[in-house]
Amino acid sequence: MSQRVDLAVLGSGPAGMAAAVAARRHGLSVALFDEQEGPGGQIYRGIESAEAGRTAILGPDYAAGRPLAAAFRASGATHHPRATVWRIGEDGLSWTSPDGGGEIEAGRVVVAGGAMERPFPVKGWTLPGVMTAGAAQILLKSAGRVADDAVFIGCGPLLALVATQYLKAGVRIRAILDTTQPRSGMAALGHLPAALAAPAALAKGIGMLARIAASQVKVFRRVEKVELLGEARLSAVRWRGPDGWHEIATERAFLHQGVIPNVNTTMAAGCRHVWDERQLSFRPETDDFGRTSLDWLLAAGDGAGIAGAKAAALSGALAGHAAAHDLGRLDAAGLETLARPLIRARRRELALRPFLDTLYRPAQAMRVPQDDDVVVCRCEEVLRGDVARAVAEGCPGPNQLKSFTRAGMGPCQGRLCGHTIVETIAALSGAEPEAVGYYRIRMPMKPVTVGDIVGPTILKEENHG
Amino acid sequence: MFRPLEKGPRRRVSVRVDGRSVEMEEDANLAAALLEAGFSPFRTTPVSGAPREPYCMMGVCFDCLAVVDDVPNRQTCLETVRAGMTVAMQEGAATVRDVEAAS
Repeated sequence: MSQRVDLAVLGSGPAGMAAAVAARRHGLSVALFDEQEGPGGQIYRGIESAEAGRTAILGPDYAAGRPLAAAFRASGATHHPRATVWRIGEDGLSWTSPDGGGEIEAGRVVVAGGAMERPFPVKGWTLPGVMTAGAAQILLKSAGRVADDAVFIGCGPLLALVATQYLKAGVRIRAILDTTQPRSGMAALGHLPAALAAPAALAKGIGMLARIAASQVKVFRRVEKVELLGEARLSAVRWRGPDGWHEIATERAFLHQGVIPNVNTTMAAGCRHVWDERQLSFRPETDDFGRTSLDWLLAAGDGAGIAGAKAAALSGALAGHAAAHDLGRLDAAGLETLARPLIRARRRELALRPFLDTLYRPAQAMRVPQDDDVVVCRCEEVLRGDVARAVAEGCPGPNQLKSFTRAGMGPCQGRLCGHTIVETIAALSGAEPEAVGYYRIRMPMKPVTVGDIVGPTILKEENHG
Repeated sequence: MFRPLEKGPRRRVSVRVDGRSVEMEEDANLAAALLEAGFSPFRTTPVSGAPREPYCMMGVCFDCLAVVDDVPNRQTCLETVRAGMTVAMQEGAATVRDVEAAS
């Protein structure tokens, strides 16, 4: 017998937790599924277990996750940790975990899958010793682990944040290679007046940059090209700046080119997605409440468009209230009253985005590799040259590219190549990314065993027979 | 090499990593503990045999796959350290025989 809940929530970051808490206020039964051991998502990862010293290094924005996690724990929502959801649909979802799994029916599903780091396809980015800046930060948040003498490479607030946290913790940084485009500061200025609505966030950003500038760390700006060198593992980083090529020996590099919505789940569900030119990514099309083009599906948080943790919690709450309304548990006036301040607060958070997105718009050369020997699909080791050849032979889009090259057909199911492939095909063919479209994502959304799909009940019957 | 910032009061347990015994903090993130233990590489790719190690640490890249308790294709960034666990490098693609042997 499969279970039934009013609301299933995928993801326990700020959006997922807030959606569960809001829905519980209206008496909805809620089940929340997440791959991690504890709630928090990536932004508040390890929030319930981080020691005081670590929390101090991570700062007050991290500590802000504590009350949200506590509210979620007290909400009465059922939490399924270490759970992999591999199918969602109108009737509910299928999931597995080390402690079992199965199917659950749901009246509504809120996908709060969060963000992931934008692929940064450069020569050597698959080498051991190379990881994302976000990965380095997760090691700090969840395990209190740091690495000395790494080279930080890329663009975006998270790169500066992790570098600042490392400096606070007394960790040595070999160098920072900044790929921020020289003209983006001027372009972003036009968005500054709107961004002043979020002075605290701006002040935090300025503080981070000042801390780095005041440190002994070497910062190389206007980096135009990056290569990661090594045989069995990373041994050096090579880059081209305004004054030519440079090389520095290092065993560890942290890469970052901003974050994009993790769209695999909403793509698999089949709701309508749009290409966001300012954020250079696909995102599900939603209203203020997170409702998608499918009436059973809502999307909240960064998975529906990058807006940060505070906006994510607000959008999660909106989705939770909207689910209660749409299931007939909250009247229209009640929803309106609850939603108005949340929508207003969320718009204030969003005011900062045009400034940030323009200032840290990743350079074309960092998103769309130009050299044929750069790996674009890490799983199937498909090179940029393979994609170029397929397009020259008439391959029209990402789905056909699968048959031409196997790009996107490995275990990550296109997560680490999807946006690169879309933009590479767009650049080669002259089509707009929206027209190129994304991979068709199929169930199971994560690799699972045949046993997980067949289900425990049937297997048991087999054994009896 | 990754190193701990703080010496926590956590209990340390023994894990067998590629046949040798390694002390790790109980309930720690497995991929983090393996990085600290110098486990390298985590796997080799099915296509070219290239070495790989954790890239995203959040469950999306699948480069941290290893054989955990004889089960191949485990995302070590989503596992926690337990006493008596065994971890081995994964060479290329797992075969049906590997999976059958595990069950």
